[in-house]
Amino acid sequence: MLGYILRRIGMMIPTLIVVSMLSFIIIQLPPGDYLTSYAATLRATGDAVDEAELESLRQRYGLGQPIYVQYYKWMSGILLRGDWGQSMEWRKPVKELIWEKMALTVFLSLVAISVSWFIAIPVGVFSATHQYSIPDYIFSAISFIGAGTPGFMIALVVMLVAMRQLGLNVGGLFSEEYILAPWSWAKFVDMLKHLWIPVIVIAFESTAGSIRTTRANVLDELNKPYVETARAKGVKERKLVWKYPVRVAMNPFFSTVGWTLANLIGGQTLVAVVLGLQTNGPMMLRALRSQDMYLAGSFLFLVSVLTVIGTLISDVLLAWVDPRIRMEG
Amino acid sequence: MMTIPEPQDNDLRNSPVMAEAEACPPPIDEMEPLEVLGVEPVLAQEEERLYVAGQWQLMWWKFRKHKMAIMGGIILIVFYVIGAFCEFVAPYDPEAYFIRYKMAPPTPVRIFDTMGKLHTPFIYHRDRSKDPETLRDIYAENPETRYPLRFFVKGEPYKLWGLFATETHLFGLAPDVEDQAVFLLGADRMGRDLFSRLCYGARLSLSIGLVGVFLSLALGIVLGGISGYYGGRVDTIIQRVIEFIRTIPTIPLWMALSAALPADWPVIKMYFGITIILSLVGWTGMARVVRGRFLSLRQDDFVLAARLCGSSEMRIILRHMVPSFLSHIIASLTLSIPGQILGETGLSYLGLGLRAPAISWGVLLQEAQNVRSLILAPWLLFGPAVCVVLTVFAYNFLGDGLRDAADPYAR
Repeated sequence: MLGYILRRIGMMIPTLIVVSMLSFIIIQLPPGDYLTSYAATLRATGDAVDEAELESLRQRYGLGQPIYVQYYKWMSGILLRGDWGQSMEWRKPVKELIWEKMALTVFLSLVAISVSWFIAIPVGVFSATHQYSIPDYIFSAISFIGAGTPGFMIALVVMLVAMRQLGLNVGGLFSEEYILAPWSWAKFVDMLKHLWIPVIVIAFESTAGSIRTTRANVLDELNKPYVETARAKGVKERKLVWKYPVRVAMNPFFSTVGWTLANLIGGQTLVAVVLGLQTNGPMMLRALRSQDMYLAGSFLFLVSVLTVIGTLISDVLLAWVDPRIRMEG
Repeated sequence: MMTIPEPQDNDLRNSPVMAEAEACPPPIDEMEPLEVLGVEPVLAQEEERLYVAGQWQLMWWKFRKHKMAIMGGIILIVFYVIGAFCEFVAPYDPEAYFIRYKMAPPTPVRIFDTMGKLHTPFIYHRDRSKDPETLRDIYAENPETRYPLRFFVKGEPYKLWGLFATETHLFGLAPDVEDQAVFLLGADRMGRDLFSRLCYGARLSLSIGLVGVFLSLALGIVLGGISGYYGGRVDTIIQRVIEFIRTIPTIPLWMALSAALPADWPVIKMYFGITIILSLVGWTGMARVVRGRFLSLRQDDFVLAARLCGSSEMRIILRHMVPSFLSHIIASLTLSIPGQILGETGLSYLGLGLRAPAISWGVLLQEAQNVRSLILAPWLLFGPAVCVVLTVFAYNFLGDGLRDAADPYAR
């Protein structure tokens, strides 16, 4: 098992290197750079441009030099000094800006995924054991809707309804007074109060998918002979379902937990923009718009790293629950 | 050089779909009552029909049973027809604004008047007044005057597809009715007819999905085909590239790429830019499907037979292998179109995709971004949102149906 994990981690490293290059190249695609356009704006408004400062920044990030030099400077900064570069728009080191956002993003995704499983597994098992009953049809219909409707549209509708019917302003994760405040217990409680709408919206899509997976898997298991045998031997129905078929049906969940998490982190970007959450989405969008390339690049890279790690977690978990896989590799 | 004529009949018969059709007569429970009644000629005919039916015929029979897929197909046909003939279907020019109808709610179209008498569809005269407190416009119906809704009515002149000049619209008010307008789905904040804009939006939004998917398909078939057919090192390299691309989460990747498109590009250029970005991710999925199919078909007897008969590699791929998994490809194509449509919608919504002079459903959603104005005019959100969601559902159901129909082993 340890060997398997080490091998998988070893395979991860080249992937990470290539992905970091890709994110850097993508971020470099827009013509021009932030410093040039920034200097131009300053000049246009008649402000003094500190050429020395611009020049030192240029030196530091190797602007104007070939792309691989810039990439090398960026990467070596991250790896050796933990320096993710400077956000030019915010005039702050990138690392001061991203960690809180990334932490909130991961936290939100974790909560959403827990909520979604908490709902999806019982509902899916119920649907499977009561196949073709009225509740089964209702749940299936809901999960079809959830799987087909894009999250950001659900977010828009939820916001509209909350505002029209309940008179609530549901944007954001915090009340106004806490947005800039340092973390405290009060801020955390305030966040929990705002959390439910984003969680519902984000969880809705993945819940829908999970219900369908659970239902299909449990149905498959329920028709197997061992279930029949157990029933013939007089095992209570509740125990029979939950102890054996459900446990087997959980395998896909293990195998996809990392993927789901990674998908949620990338996929909630749009929802976050719509709902104005203080997660990575809106900040990345803004950074992309203003060509704040280190900030945008760091986000893109981090989200990709999370995906890679997510895949790793999935593989390890799957190998852990399913001995066939770890033996084979 | 002439190649030896190929045993085409033979390889069709060997393809999984045909083999299944022959090996599997209709289910026993359908056959038996017929035999008991002694109606054997009918049975023979039925069987005969099944035996001689081609691959596509069999699929169609199976597809027909999938009611939701048929529904989805019909919805899509309607939407695409509207998109194709949007100038004709839309009663107004999408940019024409009616100053007196800013944020006007949908016009109720009636067939019964206040006395309960049945008419052809008509609308009542609408008067605008201001709410003294909120200063919002109120549109009150005045049942004194009725304006019948005319079909194939003369309206603003336009050129269909930029070719045929005409001024006939599908419906509208009579040309002599001034200062009144029919807004099936309401008007936006500049007094433009949302229904007309949705029709025009359908053209861009729906076609972007198709074009994007065909680009993905082209890339996917070529690269996936090479990967699956040759295997070995080429396969490894292509698979690695696919893995890397898939490692970067789709939406942030799309955002980063479309942010790189210059904002001052004309609509057409932007449109193709977005399409290419969408298919840059899309082809990876397609390539995997194609590769998987190639790997399994490569070993099949009919490929070997064709090779022994001296067909060239390209001919084997295009003439023999591609047709035998084309149905699967079509099904997975259908299932990947909604993703691309949603991609465009999402990007345009963020302001990174198509922009204002262009009209797509995403652009319309973006115009509906302000929640405060949505409270006054919720139809601005619901119009485009319903269109997008309906399209996505229709494609999903259609794709499900096609996939089931294309799989000869599915029950």
